[in-house]
Amino acid sequence: MGDFLSQFAELFANYDVLGAFWVNIQLTFWAAIFSLILGTVLALMRISPIASLQWAGTAYVNILRNTPLTIIMTFMFLAVWTQLQIRMSDDFATNFFRFAVIGLTVYHAAFVCEAIRSGVNTVPLGQAEAARAIGLPFLPAARLIILPQAFRGAIAPLGNTLIALLKNSTVAAAASVSTETSTLMREMIESNSDLIYAIFMTFAIGFVILVIPIGLLTTYLSNRLAVRR
Amino acid sequence: MRTRHAGAATLAALTALTLAACGGGEVGGGGEETGSGSDSGGDSIKIGIKYDQPGLGYQDGSEYTGFDVDVATYVADKLGYSADQIEWVEAPSANRETMLQTGQVDMIFATYSITDERKEQVAFAGPYFIAGQDLLVAEDNTDITGPEELEGKNLCSVTGSTSAQRIKDEYAEGVQLVERPGYAECVTALTAGQVDAVTTDDIILAGLAAQPANQGKVKVVGNPFSEENYGVGLPQDNDRCEDINTAIQEMIDDGSWEKAVTSNTEGTGYTPNADLNPPKPDACA
Repeated sequence: MGDFLSQFAELFANYDVLGAFWVNIQLTFWAAIFSLILGTVLALMRISPIASLQWAGTAYVNILRNTPLTIIMTFMFLAVWTQLQIRMSDDFATNFFRFAVIGLTVYHAAFVCEAIRSGVNTVPLGQAEAARAIGLPFLPAARLIILPQAFRGAIAPLGNTLIALLKNSTVAAAASVSTETSTLMREMIESNSDLIYAIFMTFAIGFVILVIPIGLLTTYLSNRLAVRR
Repeated sequence: MRTRHAGAATLAALTALTLAACGGGEVGGGGEETGSGSDSGGDSIKIGIKYDQPGLGYQDGSEYTGFDVDVATYVADKLGYSADQIEWVEAPSANRETMLQTGQVDMIFATYSITDERKEQVAFAGPYFIAGQDLLVAEDNTDITGPEELEGKNLCSVTGSTSAQRIKDEYAEGVQLVERPGYAECVTALTAGQVDAVTTDDIILAGLAAQPANQGKVKVVGNPFSEENYGVGLPQDNDRCEDINTAIQEMIDDGSWEKAVTSNTEGTGYTPNADLNPPKPDACA
């Protein structure tokens, strides 16, 4: 057992394990913020009374949700960067980090949109009718009446999306982010294959440690903030 | 209601077609497997190679080509296995030790560098080739002649390899690194002009340069700055190591080794590091 623990010590001494997890957390943080914004806009489009916006929102969700994330990430590298030569920054690390955040954002916005829409469904129809009755147009009605209640009802599915986002942030390797966990794991296996079980456990436990608090927090919040009806 | 029926009918038709396609594939696959199992008439040998490295180990339809494949075929022949008794298995870098330990393969020829860490897990015969880290640049590039000139340039390598990091640490601190899952994507970025160089072992680069799609667009710099001893990966408890070394020595002596190197890097002007090649196989542990 002590022998096994010393393998972990060796890994942590030779590789920047915490730094790699930190990159994943940063990716998740930025992508979560941007996908929440984009997802809310998409949800608004899908519940809006304008048919063309509804159509555009639905098309976005169905296309992006059904495209594998790896493909979106590889597209960021091969099409956007290599062929279109679009640059987000002169520094490579920043450049690919931003591409990865964009890739994660456009993909997860589709899921955020659907989570919020499921929250909208928890708001009784009478609320929307009452908003119309006092003369509120669509956007103020959505901002003041529908969305605040919808978000409170959507916390659990949004939490699920956040957990998926955190784990999917390892796919950033496909967009050339080379300091995150999946790349580090490959590097470790390539040069320290004798420690393979310790390597596996390091990353498995690492992600469990990150994911469990998110799960606990969203469960707590969804109970606490639920609209009692 | 009518559209719904039409939709259901289309779905049913599609499902039937998909199922039919699956069924066909399975039957074909099964047939092939029994074919290769029975016609060997005796033992077969499972050899792990790369499937995605042109010039070394490459799956081209149902054919396998490359230097690793040629050496493996020669060695297997000396061990008493004819070409149709060889069962090729894909051995990605990260899985090589596990595949040997669990007996999924009998030996591995897959740009497998002999290192002390790996020797704790598996045994090695050979080396059968000594590669060195080198650079691949655009054909008309004249200012990059070695790793020192990469200061301020853009460099591509594959995810999980340390070769690019080594350049950053030891030769050119100001180099910008990008890592891709495969070398082919690096070459795409190189021909598109987004990176200035691709780095890994010289013979891998030569294999990439020899691909028809890349010929005349890229070249190997030819200034290797490390030593990678490609060995034959074997399980710890093997009894073949000596025989494999003898076979490799024979291959070098009778000229087939030289021929295999030339034919797999044709048209690139690549020659292996002459001071170190052809190598002399180490004694078996």
